[in-house]
Amino acid sequence: MTTYSDPYASSRETTEGTVFSVTGGDWDSLVTEIGATKEERVVVNMGPQHPSTHGVLRLVLELEGETVTELRCGVGYLHTGIEKNAEYRSWTQGVTFVTRMDYLAPLFNETAYCLGVEKLLGITNDVPERASVIRVMMMEFNRISSHMVALGTGALELGALSPMIFCFREREKVLDVFELIAGLRMNMAYVRPGGVAQDLPAGALPKLRETVKELRRDFKDNDKLLIGNTIWMKRTEGIGFLDLAGATTLGITGPVLRSTGLPWDLRKMQPYCGYEDYNFDVITANTSDVYGRFLIRMNELEQSLRIIEQCIDKLEKLEGAPVMVADKKIAWPAQLALGGDGLGNSLDHIREIMGTSMESLIHHFKLVTEGFRVPAGQVYSAVESPRGEMGVHLVSDGGTKPFRVHFREPSFNNLQATAAMCEGSLIADIIGAVASIDPVMGGVDR
Amino acid sequence: MFGAKGSGDTSGYGGLVRTAASSGSSERPYGGYFDEVADDLERAYPDFADAIERVVVDRGELTLHVKRERLVEVSTILRDKLLFEMCLGVSGVNYPADTNRELHAVYPLLSMTHNRRIRLEVSVPDSDPHIPSLVEVWAGNNWNERETFDMFGIIFDGHPGLTRILMPDDWRGHPQRKDYPLGGIPVEYKGATVPPPNERRSYR
Repeated sequence: MTTYSDPYASSRETTEGTVFSVTGGDWDSLVTEIGATKEERVVVNMGPQHPSTHGVLRLVLELEGETVTELRCGVGYLHTGIEKNAEYRSWTQGVTFVTRMDYLAPLFNETAYCLGVEKLLGITNDVPERASVIRVMMMEFNRISSHMVALGTGALELGALSPMIFCFREREKVLDVFELIAGLRMNMAYVRPGGVAQDLPAGALPKLRETVKELRRDFKDNDKLLIGNTIWMKRTEGIGFLDLAGATTLGITGPVLRSTGLPWDLRKMQPYCGYEDYNFDVITANTSDVYGRFLIRMNELEQSLRIIEQCIDKLEKLEGAPVMVADKKIAWPAQLALGGDGLGNSLDHIREIMGTSMESLIHHFKLVTEGFRVPAGQVYSAVESPRGEMGVHLVSDGGTKPFRVHFREPSFNNLQATAAMCEGSLIADIIGAVASIDPVMGGVDR
Repeated sequence: MFGAKGSGDTSGYGGLVRTAASSGSSERPYGGYFDEVADDLERAYPDFADAIERVVVDRGELTLHVKRERLVEVSTILRDKLLFEMCLGVSGVNYPADTNRELHAVYPLLSMTHNRRIRLEVSVPDSDPHIPSLVEVWAGNNWNERETFDMFGIIFDGHPGLTRILMPDDWRGHPQRKDYPLGGIPVEYKGATVPPPNERRSYR
């Protein structure tokens, strides 16, 4: 065997056989060289740097011709030790970490975490209604933006560019909503234990209504483009099959589980944040394939808009209500006010702690430097994220920092289904199957 | 008073009160559907009293502390007879102060049929960190057990391929154990060294 000298495609001998590196260059010469070998079985390493693997996911494929006989996933390239880091920060600071895990659904990470902390504190019922409604509204907006990326990148990976442009146009509108309300477009750390960081800005509700109207109008573009589209159907129908039994034993949740026909949605089954008060439908499909999951995501957009409209109605009635628990030890000891240099403590508060009350100063100092204490124990709380059950296992030893924070990430669990969905299928269908799982590697690796 | 070392606390006060997690067992009635779950399990599993060390009901959640030798039996019965079809992974917890039970593995279970949740907890000593694998019962525990092995060094016997999943294959140590420092390794950049985060001033 001659060693090919193209710097982008070269081969070398190893104990496992000849290894060809392909990173670009002239494919014809590579094909000629592989054709010269007698080997039928080819092992292909796809990723972690690959445009179609949804981030830094590595797939090791064993091929016979174009058929995948075996598939293994390699993950961990984006491991950042968020769970470990959270053990060294106060309970409130943990929000800033967890929002960065599944970066397409930050509000679900935050809410799952905060619901857990509130359960540990025993203040679940003390969270003001307005805070819960804002949480629900933000989560549903986030579900839209997350589904938009799932649909857009999924279509892009299968070769359809226009849906991506439409989807990111819609996502941009949702990110503008986040910017309006939380000040940031991603990783906003907006949901805090006890409520939310701040109330809606003045005049936000009419703007939100306008956004809902625009989104509903613009979703139709994608519907027209993809639903019933012959090429799209051929790439997605019957691909990535996983039935209910397989989904259950693999712990699969979210749209992939609902595509088997089971209407399992935590918002309905085990409501949190007052989801029992909203009218919406759980969308299912009975095809267990990529097309079914695509339809579920498309139709969930409308359900999210319905919930958002109900939230806006509720928020109009709850104008001026608190958005944080009354207990200042958990909320924040200081009244915040906008000073010349941005957010700061209000002058009244400064006057009180510096001039009149030693006790207030001590409380302020302790709570700001150290944070609040959380009674010892452990809880599990879960929310329905765009990808499935986002669970958090929190352990407290009674201190001001978490003793253990563990996230049951839906992406991490669902990604295990890749082998079950893809083995025996064509290599080109892996892309569709992985896109239909919609893994976010920041969440998988944490 | 200030600059206390060892507790990792920034204010110098926080290390004073650090109570351990409660270890008591709950008394009947447990409330809600928990009594029914316990009754059903006792009926379906005659060795209940021997296999379940403690039953704890706390903050509206039921935890069954299971002896590790019985874990697979109990899990199989919970899945087949009590219809806990789904296991939502395994979360390791390291309690260095809990002598001879330093490593805990926590399994949240979900029954979609009955819309119920319970939790299994298994504790093993640091010197013998072996727990039987539940991959045969719930296949989805595969990666979760690999993660817990990676992070805590708990060895799941019978796992089809127990290797590291998040850390590099040649990594030393198990990062989420309490004796493993945050950051761990100093980083050298252009000759200057950056100490690990826990050795920087603000974390002392």
